[in-house]
Amino acid sequence: MKNTLLNMVLVLGAITLLASAGVGYVYKVTEEPIKLASQAAVMAALAEVLPPFDSTSVSEIAVDDIPVVVNTATQDGEVVGYAVETATKNGFSGEIRLMVGFDAQLRVVGVKVLQHAETPGLGDKMTEEGNPLFASVRDKNLGEMNLSVAKDGGDVDALTAATITSRAWVDAVGRAFRALGGSVDGSTGATSNVKSTEL
Amino acid sequence: MKKLNIILSGIVKNNPTFVLLLGMCPTLGTTTSALNGAGMGAATMAVLVLSNVVISMVKNLIPSKVRIPAYIVIIAAFVTIVELCMRAYLPDLYKTLGVFIPLIVVNCIILGRAEGFAAKNGVVDSALDGVGIGLGFTLSLTVVGAVREILGSGAIFGHKFITGDGMLIFVLAPGAFLVLGYLMVLFNKLTSK
Repeated sequence: MKNTLLNMVLVLGAITLLASAGVGYVYKVTEEPIKLASQAAVMAALAEVLPPFDSTSVSEIAVDDIPVVVNTATQDGEVVGYAVETATKNGFSGEIRLMVGFDAQLRVVGVKVLQHAETPGLGDKMTEEGNPLFASVRDKNLGEMNLSVAKDGGDVDALTAATITSRAWVDAVGRAFRALGGSVDGSTGATSNVKSTEL
Repeated sequence: MKKLNIILSGIVKNNPTFVLLLGMCPTLGTTTSALNGAGMGAATMAVLVLSNVVISMVKNLIPSKVRIPAYIVIIAAFVTIVELCMRAYLPDLYKTLGVFIPLIVVNCIILGRAEGFAAKNGVVDSALDGVGIGLGFTLSLTVVGAVREILGSGAIFGHKFITGDGMLIFVLAPGAFLVLGYLMVLFNKLTSK
């Protein structure tokens, strides 16, 4: 087609219109499956970090300006545990979001990493089963231990060569505990004045 | 036979990663494991085939001065569609590749094939070119990812075959350059005859 102004405006306009119509249509079609998929992901995470339960109720609070979602799990009307969606901004790269499960006595049952962008092979070991971070807090009430990494004088074994990630993980888990009204000993040490690199 | 050659040329003679050296950013960024590389390659291939087909259909309707913005709009629409479908039906893959999917828009392989092939050829040939280049990209990314995974984490497609850690540098950014460089040498040595 000739390069007249009218042609160019018409063609670009038509292409843009068609493209946005196509995207809009696919958005409509996939809206429901996307919602279901993210709900399923949350439910799977809940089942993984909690003792058996039959229903949950959700409440949202903010701890240190970071929004925290508390799912209270009940079985036959009795509280059997809490699953707390918590986050930290102290990770080595980007936000880390965790789901931390507590039983009714506020002992840690499970921790699942929902989202992170830590270094593959170093910081992302926190997503593996049986990593030292989780082993250190498993079945413990966080109020009765020094919740900071061993390097900072605490009781949590850090991941090898990923101290910043470990500190951030501890920070997020501690925030989950505080969201349930507990108080935590020990500084997390996960502050912005840490300037060493993860290696 | 000619049709088959279009596909084969995308895999060997015009291999986007090892010969054309296009799309280096996702190549270096997503190949931390074989599966990630394969996923990225497949997503790129889907966009490439769709955009090649559409662009070869509308090429005569587009005034030459606005062809690049027109191509970009078409490509961006397909990338968004692929992203939405992936979120809906392959949430696990989306979780790993999430940040890299929108970047397919600016992957120069796609605009390069639109401008270099689809704008000059018919619909069927353009679709085959998309399949060929897409396969070439997917295979290269899978190979780069596999080598990095084997050396870096001692695993292949997620199955660990050594205990303990591999050579971490191959999972990190420098390893991406090293592996890509050596594979490029090997590829060009093997195909130079």
